[in-house]
Amino acid sequence: MTAPAPLLSVEHLTMRFGGLLAIDDLSLDVAARKITGVIGPNGAGKTTFFNCLTGFYKPTIGSVRLNHPQRGVLRLEALASHQVARSAQVVRTFQNIRLFPQMTVLENLIVAQHNALQHASRFSLAGLLGLPAYRRAEAAAMAKAVGWLERLKLIEKADTPAGALPYGMQRRIEIARALCVDPLLLCLDEPAAGLNPRESAELNELLKHLSRDEGIAILLIEHDMSVVMNVSDHLCVLNYGRKIAEGTPAQIQKDPNVIKAYLGEEDADEMRADELRADEAIDQEAVR
Amino acid sequence: MALALQQLINGLTLGAVYGLIAIGYTMVYGIIGMINFAHGDIYMVSAFIAVTVFTLLAGFGISSVPLSLLVVLLVAVFFTSIYGWTVERTAYRPLRGSTRLAPLISAIGMSIFLQNMVQLTQGARVKPIAPVLVGGIDVLTVDGFTVRLAYSQILIVVVTVTLMTGFTWLITKTSFGRQQRSCEQDRLMTSLLGINVDRTISLTFMLGAALAAVAGVMVTVYYGVVDFFIGFVAGIKAFTAAVLGGIGSLPGAMLGGLLIGLIEAFWAAYLSAEYKDVATFTILIVVLMFRPSGLLGRPEVEKV
Amino acid sequence: MAALILAHHQTSPAERLKDAAAVAFIALLLGIPMIGLLTVDQGGALRIATRWPALFAFVAACFVGRLVLRYALDQWRARQLARDQADTPAKEVSLATNPLLNWIGWVALGVSVALPIVFAENRYVVDTATTVLIYVMLGWGLNVVVGLAGLLDLGYVAFYAVGAYTYGLLSTQFGWGFWSALPVAGAITASFGVLLGWPTLRLRGDYLAIVTLGFGEIIRIILVNWTELSGGPNGIASIPRPSFFGLPFKPPGDDPTFASFFGLEYATHQRIVFLYYLILVLALLTNLFVSRMRRLPIGRAWEAMREDEIACKAMGINARNVKLSAFAIGAMLGGFAGVFFAARQGFISPESFTFSESAIILAIVVLGGMGSQLGVVLASLVLVLLPELGRDFAEYRMLLFGAAMILIMIWKPGGILSHREPTLRYFANGGRR
Repeated sequence: MTAPAPLLSVEHLTMRFGGLLAIDDLSLDVAARKITGVIGPNGAGKTTFFNCLTGFYKPTIGSVRLNHPQRGVLRLEALASHQVARSAQVVRTFQNIRLFPQMTVLENLIVAQHNALQHASRFSLAGLLGLPAYRRAEAAAMAKAVGWLERLKLIEKADTPAGALPYGMQRRIEIARALCVDPLLLCLDEPAAGLNPRESAELNELLKHLSRDEGIAILLIEHDMSVVMNVSDHLCVLNYGRKIAEGTPAQIQKDPNVIKAYLGEEDADEMRADELRADEAIDQEAVR
Repeated sequence: MALALQQLINGLTLGAVYGLIAIGYTMVYGIIGMINFAHGDIYMVSAFIAVTVFTLLAGFGISSVPLSLLVVLLVAVFFTSIYGWTVERTAYRPLRGSTRLAPLISAIGMSIFLQNMVQLTQGARVKPIAPVLVGGIDVLTVDGFTVRLAYSQILIVVVTVTLMTGFTWLITKTSFGRQQRSCEQDRLMTSLLGINVDRTISLTFMLGAALAAVAGVMVTVYYGVVDFFIGFVAGIKAFTAAVLGGIGSLPGAMLGGLLIGLIEAFWAAYLSAEYKDVATFTILIVVLMFRPSGLLGRPEVEKV
Repeated sequence: MAALILAHHQTSPAERLKDAAAVAFIALLLGIPMIGLLTVDQGGALRIATRWPALFAFVAACFVGRLVLRYALDQWRARQLARDQADTPAKEVSLATNPLLNWIGWVALGVSVALPIVFAENRYVVDTATTVLIYVMLGWGLNVVVGLAGLLDLGYVAFYAVGAYTYGLLSTQFGWGFWSALPVAGAITASFGVLLGWPTLRLRGDYLAIVTLGFGEIIRIILVNWTELSGGPNGIASIPRPSFFGLPFKPPGDDPTFASFFGLEYATHQRIVFLYYLILVLALLTNLFVSRMRRLPIGRAWEAMREDEIACKAMGINARNVKLSAFAIGAMLGGFAGVFFAARQGFISPESFTFSESAIILAIVVLGGMGSQLGVVLASLVLVLLPELGRDFAEYRMLLFGAAMILIMIWKPGGILSHREPTLRYFANGGRR
């Protein structure tokens, strides 16, 4: 059996800001329906990598190809940021949550379905007149939003301004909003940051559910190892903009380059102990 | 050629005045992120104070030009700074921490208030003063056209250059300058470090007003007439200058001022005096299309 | 316990006196050059006059005023504190619609419909009400750009001017009527909106403010100087008034007029009242249109753009189109108001379209509470009626106008009505849907 073609293939991606090489010749494949984790110390270029994928930065060199099941191969590096979400269905969240704070949670999720609704409203004319076709589209959008809100246990807060809610909830709203765009590939930038242990355990379940049951590929930047090691099918480690290791979580944990990048040379021995503990944690998770 | 030289002189003079006012806009914008719409009117208040003091001095029989200039400058700077302080204290400080637009509306209200206050207390008529600084140097004559460098123009350029030098020193080298710049970067952190942010902001307003005061005195000497409406026009030009140069940047404000002064002078001389403001604004729009943060402004890197 | 805390917050009389003295001292310094001294023109030369009694009165007023204000503020704070301690449970954020606002809206509508009937004989009242409605309409138009889309526009008057001049030229040069000119003027101003929006797409906040201000000035300067087109500073005169479905408001003549058709006696107030109802209808249509747009995808995208442009892009929203549509629609509504203005005045000149007009319209939107439709009405009432009420002391009215703008902003920085009504709800007003 040959391996299926990857959903996203990044080739020789390089991003240079003046003298700073933020990403250095990065190549990476992201499989469909799988969770790919991207880890690395602070400043390793992870968020820059996301910005290059989603059209917020134009990479200096390199290509990002997306195998869209309906639209064929799309070159993401040539698309504007809104086209990445709209045509390629690659949707992202942000490290420092970016909601529409004064709008309600429900409105946030409806705005995410703007393109479908705008199309149905026919330059707002059908919308202004309240034609049935538009009403149906609006009801469908509402149903989709409510569906995600229910699944993410946010429905009670549907009519509350998003900015008034606690941090952990805002993270979930941002994911729910991204899901409303119907992503093929969901790029999550540190979704577990600021979550308490219970919330991050719930996040783990959600991410697994999305990739296995909904068939959404996930690209995950995360520092919280309890999340990354647990949910990732595949891991990529960046340091100073270069890929220093790639493989399954188990392989990565034993990779000497990774240990060096995270802890420096001298601490490598101590790392052995941590590694054992991490292994235990995974085993326990598996037992449960 | 001679005409061009004359316009260069006139443009630089005008630009120096715009630059002085523009610094006030840029500093206030840098520190509290608001457009101080009343700043042009502060400059107008200073011009009126200058007229009053010149008249007073003439009444006392003081005829020494350097002495009266010095006295007028000091008095105008003193009173105008108090106006700057009061404007900040009454109209802007209560709105700190509210929406971005609230202080803007308050500033527009303050501008209307100051204009009408001066109109009420000093009268709506144009005030002409006896020429203070007359004469000049004939630089050269070509085909019967004499290029003239008036003493008042020399004064304006010399005073502006001196102030700019002193001001750059103040901002880059002194403790106040460091406090001012740290407030620009992060007001909360600055206050956590034990620096009195309110006082720094007040001082910034007073400094901006002081520079506008100098500009007001210079314009009174240069043109010899003032009225209550000069603040609006000069304010808009100076604000345009600050944005053109890159708002928040002191050299940018000066560069923007000079550019606008030159554009106006040359456009008025060679194309049409009526459309000189159209030219100014059009150039502003074109520059901002290609450099959205102005000529010397730090390009705003959007943190995603 | 409460008394203890109150005592802590209470300033002593000595402190209050000291504070008032400081204020009086500043007032003295401010007053010396402006009130104490005065230059008067005497035969071409200036002479100094003094007004020490006036200065003294000013300083004394500041002293007493500060004492009273301080005392009142302390009392108010003490009461506030006592109340806070009385009911400690945190207040739930009210999510339900405020029924009072709805009610006020209907009452306002009723009053505005009945107004010309009640004041049928009072031309001044109907005229002033018409002016209020013009500002309401302008405020609703600018609200799209500033309140909803969050684009700071300081040159809105340009679109008002373009609308007015379009009708002025179409009617005087080509004999167009009000109703046929209205949509054309709307289309033209909308394209001007796009013209302004295009170069400013990348600009943020205050850069946008100065560019829009410049745009407004450019339009005004062109109107002043392009005499062949606009009549220059003299403007355009004898612009035809709108007719009632083809029936003009004229003294009886050969053609049927409004009065002769309905068998009424001709009176000028018929036209005044007609104009009033015309702008009322236009304003209500604007309101209906804008509230409806706000509930459509495009309206939500405007608000989302105001909240976070980057998040919008990440959701696949084309920021350019959304911004341009806000500019175009805001401009179009301003243009409609301009057409009405020209038709009502019968005469237009660049003087009506200065920056201060833009500032007043912006003030209406911000004072009203950004994005609030009813707030715009309240703010227009305040800002138009305030100078009108001040006519008795005409000299001070603009001074008071400026002071009122500052005071209202300090009193309510979010505007008079800052409540935002969601565009759609899951729970129908508290209960489950």
